[in-house]
Amino acid sequence: MLSRASQVRVLASVARTTPRAPRTAARQSDARSDAASLSLSYTKALFSTSRSSHLFPLTYLSHSPVFLDKVASPDSSDVIPAFRLLDGQGHVLPEVPEEWKKQLEEVPEETWVKLYKSMMFLPALDTILASSQRQGRISFYMTSYGEEGAVVGSAAAWSPTDEVFAQYREVGVLVWRDYPLSDLMAQVFSTVSDKASKGRQMPVHYGSPAHHFHTISSPLGTQIPQAAGAAYSLKLSPERKGDCVICYMGEGATSEGDFHAGFNMASVLGGPVVFFVRNNGFAISTPAAQQYKGDGIAARGPGYGIETVRVDGNDPLAVYLASKEARRRAVEGQKPVLVEAMSYRVGHHSTSDDSSAYRSTDDVFSIKKLDSPLFRLRSYLEARNLWSSELEEATKVEQRKSILRAYAGADKEKKPAWEEMFGGVYGDREDGGLERHLKEQKMEVKRLIGKWGESDMWKKDLERHDGGIEAVKKW
Amino acid sequence: MIASTSSRTFTRSLLGCSSCASPRRTLLPPLPHLAISSTRLAIGGPHQSRSSSSSGPAGMPTVATSSLLSTTREAALHTHGLRWRDDESIHPPTKDPDGNIVPGSVPTFVEPSAEDLISVDQGGRETKKMNLYQAVRDAMAITLSKDSSSVVFGEDVNFGGVFRCTMGLADEFGKPLIRALRAPPGSERVFNTPLTEQGIAGFGIGLATMGKTAVAEIQFADYIFPAFDQIVNEAAKYRFRSGDQYNVGSLTFRSREPLSSRDACGDDGADYYFARLGYPSACMAVGHGGLYHSQSPEAYFLQAAGLKVVIPRSPIQAKGLLLSAIRDPNPVIFFEPKILYRSCVEQVPVSDYQLPLSSAEILQEGSDLTIVSYGPPLYTIEGALHLLANPSEDIQSLVPRDLRGLKVELIDLRTIMPYDIETVVNSVNKTGRCIVVHEAGKMGGVGSELAAEIQQRCFLKLEAPVQRVTGWDTPFGMIYEKMYLPDQVRVVSHVSRSEG
Repeated sequence: MLSRASQVRVLASVARTTPRAPRTAARQSDARSDAASLSLSYTKALFSTSRSSHLFPLTYLSHSPVFLDKVASPDSSDVIPAFRLLDGQGHVLPEVPEEWKKQLEEVPEETWVKLYKSMMFLPALDTILASSQRQGRISFYMTSYGEEGAVVGSAAAWSPTDEVFAQYREVGVLVWRDYPLSDLMAQVFSTVSDKASKGRQMPVHYGSPAHHFHTISSPLGTQIPQAAGAAYSLKLSPERKGDCVICYMGEGATSEGDFHAGFNMASVLGGPVVFFVRNNGFAISTPAAQQYKGDGIAARGPGYGIETVRVDGNDPLAVYLASKEARRRAVEGQKPVLVEAMSYRVGHHSTSDDSSAYRSTDDVFSIKKLDSPLFRLRSYLEARNLWSSELEEATKVEQRKSILRAYAGADKEKKPAWEEMFGGVYGDREDGGLERHLKEQKMEVKRLIGKWGESDMWKKDLERHDGGIEAVKKW
Repeated sequence: MIASTSSRTFTRSLLGCSSCASPRRTLLPPLPHLAISSTRLAIGGPHQSRSSSSSGPAGMPTVATSSLLSTTREAALHTHGLRWRDDESIHPPTKDPDGNIVPGSVPTFVEPSAEDLISVDQGGRETKKMNLYQAVRDAMAITLSKDSSSVVFGEDVNFGGVFRCTMGLADEFGKPLIRALRAPPGSERVFNTPLTEQGIAGFGIGLATMGKTAVAEIQFADYIFPAFDQIVNEAAKYRFRSGDQYNVGSLTFRSREPLSSRDACGDDGADYYFARLGYPSACMAVGHGGLYHSQSPEAYFLQAAGLKVVIPRSPIQAKGLLLSAIRDPNPVIFFEPKILYRSCVEQVPVSDYQLPLSSAEILQEGSDLTIVSYGPPLYTIEGALHLLANPSEDIQSLVPRDLRGLKVELIDLRTIMPYDIETVVNSVNKTGRCIVVHEAGKMGGVGSELAAEIQQRCFLKLEAPVQRVTGWDTPFGMIYEKMYLPDQVRVVSHVSRSEG
């Protein structure tokens, strides 16, 4: 067993190039010069951890003829390599074996084009909404800059009925699933049409059962054991045979206790689930080096008995194929599989954050320039004659127009009726009404608004909502 | 019909009080032995004493001899608020061609009727002697058999649970796992989880949001706190935050409540209880749960809008309320008083039935003082009222003579959140005095919440301040349990204070 484990380490002798981890970055004066050496390792990179080596009960180890002759210590120079197919310029690496090249060719061309268009859509959306936050039109926003390849690339690999549990920086999944732009804007603007949260949650907390996208909540990591439960539910549901649960999280969220709980439960209890970690190097201001000391998140998978792959998150093709393979294994094995996508958070954490306070703007610019998932995929598509500058321009204009149209629509809309403040706390009672104490409190609000509603203190706010004061008076 | 009838009226109509709302023909006939007093507690009357091992004066009722329990089939079938669920399958609900759940898959409740009382051979309802853990098991067995989407899980539930609540369920309802060769024995619908409370809670939420009926067990209420985030931030807010698109209404947490006082069931009772359990923890001394096997955390959840909290007092209550909790469209925490698991025995209807949530029950009517409580302290209060009416010689000088005939109205709150303030307010408006009793500490406890509401709603009728008889605001010190918990003496003492 032990010798097999050390074999795994041998595979991991080459460091990743994605220059996100400060530890790695420090050792690499020039990230690009490492690209050649990384490419040597990719063949063995996919699913480099052996499942059998950690699934035997400990009693088996004790019968093993292998004895330790020294105190084992983790060698910090061992790094699990990241699976990648494209180099920084978007060229398929020469050493990619035929089987993967064949898989690439089997993917319908429309998929790659849709993938690129969906990726393009994110910065278009982010630019408009982030600036609208700056103008005070929405209260909050979070961009996806830099992670378009990881999020959309993986989204393309899931089946449309796979249940997605997201953290918050995965709007790309909804974009891929053709979530109506009007619904998206309604959520961000908390309008009367906001189906996702009826104006109750902050912007970017999307959710849509029609798109099998579970409503996002702010507490980090909570979705991980929930995804384990959902996966178990799929296992028990013959009518959902072939479906999978997808659970996204950032590398910061993996420090939560719920990560441990969720991974362990999923592994022990089974059920199809892909855990997808977006390792973008930062949790707000905390660099990954202050988040963990081991080899990222991928190194933890085997400890739970979970098959694992690390992938270059800025290579949309690699993300797509690795995710597809991970999903296949999860569904066929009715078990969890872990994907760690290495990328870089190019944008600020959120509109409430100025990342120049903890990292150099030059670093960000150089990453944007040297390692953009959009650039890589675009150049790959152009080499295959699937894309052109003309298409690029036309798509940009069209996307911007549709975003601005939806934006203008949502900006004009009323906020939800005040009634929604009390709705949905509990399910309806048998008599169809609210719980006693909420009914009383709602009537108290009605009384207050009846008395003070026309005052300058309240009037403007009250009228902004659907039905305004008049609707409240009818309660 | 019953749900809309005021609880007290219904009690009386069941008891055959002719001055109240005319009982419907279909309702059960009056119980002969209770018809005279129209109260359940016969304080001061001779107690048919079963072997009582209580400390305290002879004749003082204990859990073993409590008149709060239904010891006959008739009494069990007369349970206040009971409604039968004779539907063969409760879940999954019918779906339309698009796969959407047909709204209002209306539950078919059957009202109790005189026919229930005819002999079992001729189609009457059967009852069976059960203790509290057996009643809990019975409720889960009914759920598993009627609801194909239901699952029961937690730490150690597979072999039957450390409190035997899931005995045999895994064998009866689980399909064997056809998985890896060395997969542990278990089942797919009743299973062990790794030892992680936050995991259990999150896992349950995941199941419930996918439409499964999830009954999650937290081994002791003391260990619910690692799951606090999942329960308060996630389960409680799931429906609200998703604009009603998702919910975890089919999620129920079961958890063990306080050890309660040794006085409640006596030293021997506690001894027996733990000896039989074989709970493999040396530190868990007889009747002494110490800090982490004794807590009553219900008040921590009072502020978690979206959550329901339920605490039963007896086997009949446990089964009926647990079935309601499991089928309620909201996440519910169901605290089971573990001192009562074995000590509390009554006749329990075998059929599927429910008791209403958010509905308090008046256990004894009275006009002088209202006492509100829930769970095991109700038996302490019963003992205290006996002491008040029949003070033993050593305390006669301490119990004012004019209190001996005091008519106390005793209310079991049953649902802690959202609680039934109407029943309490109606009572206090009548009596003018109120005492709230619970085991948890005083500050920020359920008593504080009730006292504030009562003073607001009954201000003009109150003749004395609302009093709280509770645990002290200390952790639950092991060897100090006797003075920590509100016992009969403390209740009596407060009654005298309340009366001036």
